[in-house]
Amino acid sequence: MRKEKDKDNDMTTNTKQISPSGFNESSAERGRGASTLFDKIWDAHVVSTIEDGPTQLYIDRHFCHEVTSPQAFNGLRERGLKVFRPEKTTMTADHNTPTKDQHLPVKDPVSRRQLEAFAKNAEEFNMPLFYPLGHEKNGVVHIIGPENGFTQPGMTIVCGDSHTSTHGAFGTIAFGIGTSEVEMVLATQCILQSRPKTMRITFNGRIKPGVTSKDLALYMISKLTTGGATGYFVEYAGEAIRNLTMEERMTVCNLSIEMGARGGLIAPDETTFNYMKGREFMPKGEDWERSLAYWKTLKSDEDAVFDKELVFNADDIQPRITYGTNPGMGMGINESIPTLDQIDEAGRISFKKSLDYMGFKPGERLLGKKIDYVFLGSCTNGRIEDFRLFTNYIKGKKKADNIIAWLVPGSWKVRKQIEEEGLDKILEEAGFEIREPGCSACLAMNDDKIPAGKYAVSTTNRNFEGRQGQGARTILAGPLVAAAAAVNGKITMPTP
Amino acid sequence: MQTSNNTNNSYLSSQTPPSGGWGAGSLISSVVPLPIENVDTDQIIPARFLKATDKKGFGDNLFADWRFNKDGSPKTEFVLNDPNYTGEILVAGKNFGSGSSREHAAWAIAGYGFKVVVSSFFADIFRNNALNNGVLPVVVSPEFLAEIFESVNKDSKTTLKVDLKSQTIINNATGKSESIEINSYKKDCLLNGFDDIDYLLSKKELIEEWEKKASTAH
Repeated sequence: MRKEKDKDNDMTTNTKQISPSGFNESSAERGRGASTLFDKIWDAHVVSTIEDGPTQLYIDRHFCHEVTSPQAFNGLRERGLKVFRPEKTTMTADHNTPTKDQHLPVKDPVSRRQLEAFAKNAEEFNMPLFYPLGHEKNGVVHIIGPENGFTQPGMTIVCGDSHTSTHGAFGTIAFGIGTSEVEMVLATQCILQSRPKTMRITFNGRIKPGVTSKDLALYMISKLTTGGATGYFVEYAGEAIRNLTMEERMTVCNLSIEMGARGGLIAPDETTFNYMKGREFMPKGEDWERSLAYWKTLKSDEDAVFDKELVFNADDIQPRITYGTNPGMGMGINESIPTLDQIDEAGRISFKKSLDYMGFKPGERLLGKKIDYVFLGSCTNGRIEDFRLFTNYIKGKKKADNIIAWLVPGSWKVRKQIEEEGLDKILEEAGFEIREPGCSACLAMNDDKIPAGKYAVSTTNRNFEGRQGQGARTILAGPLVAAAAAVNGKITMPTP
Repeated sequence: MQTSNNTNNSYLSSQTPPSGGWGAGSLISSVVPLPIENVDTDQIIPARFLKATDKKGFGDNLFADWRFNKDGSPKTEFVLNDPNYTGEILVAGKNFGSGSSREHAAWAIAGYGFKVVVSSFFADIFRNNALNNGVLPVVVSPEFLAEIFESVNKDSKTTLKVDLKSQTIINNATGKSESIEINSYKKDCLLNGFDDIDYLLSKKELIEEWEKKASTAH
């Protein structure tokens, strides 16, 4: 959205580009023996390659939810096919589900029918890993995968959901697919994909206290723009990434798609293995040791060549917010919205349309802007650490009267942990309530919709027009900026 | 070549290409211009319409929030409601189809009657989804795209010829053309009405072999 010239200036100060090469070229074909982590995992999953066509890729884990799967199961029925490897698909209801009274029948009849179809498909096709509403393992698909140990380094992982990139935090090739591809995976445990190019994004330094991995990701997306990584699979590296917890890494990988990347991954390390050990679907005993030895080999070779390399300094990053209607339209919380002359000519219609929708003016500062709603949750920021950060900021303060706040844990397990740690008591004393898990207001398929014209500071992933409800105005931010907005009723710098 | 919208979308379930579409290998049509950048799949089909369990009817809600007022009446200023612009080709600003992986976006575009989307840049998942539904995403240079918008601005009846067989797109107002990039596998699929599942099912033995090898590898 910003002028190419400005973007180039940004890039030259802290990035370098290595000559990009074409599509469908493995590192070996580039004449080098060294491989990237992406190359290693991809090459290990190639079943066949079609000449002048895509690659047939084997899929280790398929996640499935109620919205993008019914037509795929219908397709199987029409063709008279069974699910090829039912134990490799994990099913959870999340997009369409209410966040109150989940023990009662779902009120919206259309949602209810979709959830019933999901259950019927699970039963008819003998799917062993089915977690419906209220199940102890139910929750947002990209939360429950890692939480229960389904997500393991070196895997190929797909789901009919663009935020599947979340699982890349464990050193996996994980990406979102369409429903036709869901049908392919159900029928054959394979899909056909063109090999993406590789990009490495290195963050040197460390993020400052009071800055979250969400801020780091929003910073990166605004540098690259919403299509800046399209066609690439990204590896995140550098000191700042190494120092993130697994949950923080998941937030970064989750948002890869918001700059168009096919996915994003991080090489596994001790942080990864410590997080994984003992989770239910992880290998146990000798199997764990054998797997661990393999997982430790999963990193890019030192002299591996990426099609593109970018380097940023994590020390520069401030708490961030978005001002527009795509995640690339972001800025430091105390910065100003760009003025029209900072926008290239082809993008001005879209820029103006975006600001009109948001009710903002070019050049405006948003610090102190009154807010109506705060949403904490989603596959981006619905994990226990997000609730801890939010609660820690809230402790001893009160929710502002003008704010309606929806705090939605990513899963029943996250909610249980919130209760075990007593976070719910602190939040209740401050005037908040914890709801039941689901995607909720992130995409407003259930009853949690932000009304038209209202401003929401949201820890989610998309500020698209109408994303959180028709006419809703979304400001994306991390859990600390959300907490500061919730207690002050306006956009506020979250000083510790 | 028909130019009416809301054409029959029965091909979606029958796995055969749209009648008069890629079976013939080319089409000539007037266009619907949408010079907006970063059109995301939430705009193409808002999430509240994703509750269906079949592929039908999404065309009726294509661009719903840009196309209709809250009471369901058409927003007259939106291009799909302007009778001057019709056709089977949608021409949009760069980075079309970003965001969600919902194939419902491709079903909505196909269901409405578009067979081609032209832009200078497409999001990856949308591109795959379009191809899997007989809709051809055509990437053109930013200059060629700007020229189409200019031609259509001057004359709303401007036509484009999209020839899949020879892989060319021609702006009939200027006579200029560019080549269409598509791999020969997908081209054959579109021309013959095959889909990826047909291919994958024919490779079952290879898949089982791969599984055996993988189970002993680590």
